[in-house]
Amino acid sequence: MDLYRSHVMVCGGTGCTSSGSVELIRLFEEGIGQAGLEKEVRVVRTGCFGLCEMGPIVIVYPEGAFYARITPENVDEIVQEHLLKGRIVKRLLVSDAVKEDDTIKSLDEVDFYKKQKRVALRNCGVVDPERIDEYIAFDGYKALAKALTEMQPQEVIDVVKASGLRGRGGAGFPTGTKWQFTRNAVGDKKYVCCNADEGDPGAFMDRSVLEGDPHAVIEAMALAAYAIGADQGYIYVRAEYPIAVKRLQIAIGQAREYGLLGKNILDTGFDFDLDIRLGAGAFVCGEETALMNSIEGKRGEPRPRPPFPANKGLFGKPTVLNNVETYANIAQIILNGADWFASMGTEKSKGTKVFALGGKINNTGLVEIPMGTTLREIIYDIGGGIPGGKAFKAAQTGGPSGGCIPVSCLDVSIDYDSLIEIGSMMGSGGMIVMDEDNCMVDIARFFLDFTVDESCGKCPPCRIGTRRMLEILERIVEGKGEEGDIEKLETLAKNIKAAALCGLGQTAPNPVLSTLQYFRDEYEAHIYEKRCPAGHCKSLLQYTIDEEKCTGCSLCSRICPVGAISGEVRKSFTIDQSKCIKCGACMEKCRFAAISRK
Amino acid sequence: MSIDRNGKGKAKFDQLQAFIEEMRLEPGALMPVMQKAQEIFGYLPEEVQRFVAEGLGVTLSEVYGVATFYSQFVLEEQGEHVIGVCMGTACYVKGSQAILDRLAGELKVEVGKTTPDGKFTLNATRCLGCCGLAPVMMIGDEVFGRLTPDDIPGIVAKFR
Ligand SMILES: Cc1cc2nc3c(=O)[nH]c(=O)nc-3n(C[C@H](O)[C@H](O)[C@H](O)COP(=O)(O)O)c2cc1C
Ligand code: FES
Repeated sequence: MDLYRSHVMVCGGTGCTSSGSVELIRLFEEGIGQAGLEKEVRVVRTGCFGLCEMGPIVIVYPEGAFYARITPENVDEIVQEHLLKGRIVKRLLVSDAVKEDDTIKSLDEVDFYKKQKRVALRNCGVVDPERIDEYIAFDGYKALAKALTEMQPQEVIDVVKASGLRGRGGAGFPTGTKWQFTRNAVGDKKYVCCNADEGDPGAFMDRSVLEGDPHAVIEAMALAAYAIGADQGYIYVRAEYPIAVKRLQIAIGQAREYGLLGKNILDTGFDFDLDIRLGAGAFVCGEETALMNSIEGKRGEPRPRPPFPANKGLFGKPTVLNNVETYANIAQIILNGADWFASMGTEKSKGTKVFALGGKINNTGLVEIPMGTTLREIIYDIGGGIPGGKAFKAAQTGGPSGGCIPVSCLDVSIDYDSLIEIGSMMGSGGMIVMDEDNCMVDIARFFLDFTVDESCGKCPPCRIGTRRMLEILERIVEGKGEEGDIEKLETLAKNIKAAALCGLGQTAPNPVLSTLQYFRDEYEAHIYEKRCPAGHCKSLLQYTIDEEKCTGCSLCSRICPVGAISGEVRKSFTIDQSKCIKCGACMEKCRFAAISRK
Repeated sequence: MSIDRNGKGKAKFDQLQAFIEEMRLEPGALMPVMQKAQEIFGYLPEEVQRFVAEGLGVTLSEVYGVATFYSQFVLEEQGEHVIGVCMGTACYVKGSQAILDRLAGELKVEVGKTTPDGKFTLNATRCLGCCGLAPVMMIGDEVFGRLTPDDIPGIVAKFR
C-alpha cells in the first residue's frame, strides 16, 4: 500500500450517505487534486462513525480532527486551510472538540466516545470496507489462520464458550453452547447462517457493521464453519440495505480471490463458501426457523421447535445461526483470548453491546458500551440528554418484543438479566428515547399495529389475539375506552404469551404490559377522564382561543385548512369544535399565543 | 405497459428466462427469481407469476403465496414516483405520522395507493436506516430527512 501523510475519512454509512457524503468525497478528491496533494492525502469512504446526528462526518488523520455536519461549501476551506496549511478549521469541528487551551481533543476524549468501548465496531470508520488489504492490515483473517493451523475445531468452541459470549440478536443464548450442539449433531452436511434481517424498526447496528466492516462477519462465519464442520454459509440480509449488500458482495469476491473463501483455504484442506440471500420485507423472517424457510424460497413462516436448528435447520440439516454483531466479536475473541473478552461486562453478560440510539435524544447514532453501563450514562453522558430542555419519559429497548424503561429505572445496569427483571429486554439493540410529549398508550398502540401487520398468520393466538389487543388500544386513544379495557388487555396478553407458536407472538404483548406497569395512570386518564396527559392523542385534544389575548388579526382563520375558525376582524375569533381536525396549524402560527391546547 | 410474453414485453421475459436458467439448480431459487422479476417488470402481475412458476416447475399458488407473504413484492403497477414515509419507531416518535397525513392530503391519495394520474404512489415503510435524520421519507432513491409537514408541498412540487 502507498504511504500518505494524511487520511480524510468520510462516512459512507446509510445515514451520512443520505445527507450527501458521496458528493463530499467527490469534492474532496477534486480539491485535493487541484491542490496537487493527491500523492500525500488519501480520501477514504468508511463505515459509520456512530454520531449520525452530526452527519455528514469527516475525520482527518493523523490529527483526529472530527468535522461535523459538513456541507459542500466547507470542503474547499478544509482542503486549503487544513490539508494544505496544516491549520485545523476549529469552527467546523464537533462542538466539544476544542479544549480550553485551544488545542483539540483526541477522538476518545470527545464526550460521545469517552465512555464507549468499540469491539464489534472496532473497524467501523477506520478501514475502507471495500478493500480487504485494510482489514488484513488491522489483523484481519489472522484469527482464521490461527484456528486453521494451530487449533482443533473443539478448541475453537471451547474458547468461545469460555469467553461467555451470548447471542446479540435478542435472546442472548450462549454462542459456544449453540456451536457445540451443532457440532455434536449428526449430519452429512451442515450450514452456517448469519441473521442480518434486523427487523426492529429504528435499529441499525447490524447494518453499520456490514457497511463498515463486512470481512469481520465473513471471517467469523468461516471460523464457525470450521468449528462445527460446515462447508457452506448464507447471509440473510434485508433487501432495504443496498449499501450493506453491495459491500458484502465486494468483500466475498475479494475473500475468494485471496483464497480465504472457497476450496482448500490457506492450504489447510478446509473448504467454505458463502452466499447472500435477500429478505423481502417480512419482520417474522428474523425469527430463526422462519429465516430458514425463507432461504429455502418459501413463505417465511416459523416452524415449531423442537427440532431446533442445531439438529434440523436449513434444508433439514444441522445449522448454526448467529446475529451479525455476535459474529463481529468472534475473531477478536480467538485472537485476544477468552479471558480478555470475559474481563469486560458483568458476571453473566460479558463483552460489549452496540445500541442504535434514536428518537428524542441529542446525539442520535450508534454507541457501543461495556455491558453493565447504566442507562443514565447512555442517555446523558453519551447521548447528550434530551433536546429542547424537555423531560425524559422512557427509553424503549427490544423493539416490538421489548418494553419501556421509565425514569425510576434510569440507573439500571444494561445487561441481559437486569433488563428482563424490569420488564424490558436487551433485544437486538434498538434504543428509542421518548420525552414528555410522547403518549405511552399510543406507543403501545404503535407497536401492536406493527405486530398485527407482521404476524404471519400461522397461529391463531398471534393472528387474532394481537388484533383484539390493537382494537382495544385504538379505542382508548380515540377516547372511546371503557371500564374493563385494561383488564381485558392483561388477560389477552397472558394468553397470547402462553399460546403463540413463535417468538413474535410470544413477545408481542410486552410493549403493552410494560407500559401498563409503569404508565398505568396514562391509560386511566385516557379511559376515565378522556384526557391524554402528553397532549398527543388528537381525538382527546381541544384547541381553544383565549378571548383576552386574541387581537382579531384573522391569521388563524386563513390558515385553518378546514375553515373551522370564524370571527370578525379586530374582534375575537372562535374554533368550531365539530369541524376542527386538530392539526395544530393555528396554534403554531398565532403571534399572540392566544390559542391553547388541552 | 403490455405484459405479454410474445408481444411488447418479450425482451423482458427473455431476460427473466436467462436468469431462471442460471438459478434453476440452486437450492431455494424462487425468492431470488421473483426479486429479479420485480426488478425487471417493476411489479409482479399474474402473467409474470405464471412465467416464474412454469420456469421453476412449481405451482402458481406457491408463487402467489410467496408474492403475498413478503411486503417487498407488489402485485399492482406503481406510480412514476414511489414515496415511502418511514414509520419506524425513531421516526414515529419524532412525528412521521404528521408527515404521512400531510402527504395524503397534498396528493389526495390514500396510503398504499397510487394517484389517478399514475404520478405518485404513497407508502408507509419500515425503518429506512437513517434514524439520525428522523423523520425521513424517500422519493425514488432520494432521501429527505429532518422533515416538518410544511416542507412537504415544496418537495412534492419538484416531482409533479
Ligand atoms: C419475531 C422475531 C424476530 C427476530 N428478528 C431478529 C433479527 O432481526 N435479527 C437477529 O439477529 N435476530 C432476530 N431474532 C432472533 C433469532 O430468532 C435468533 O435467536 C438469533 O438470530 C440467533 O442469533 P444469536 O444467538 O447470535 O443472537 C428474532 C426473533 C424473533 C422471534
Ligand atoms: S426509524 Fe425512520 S429511518 Fe429509522
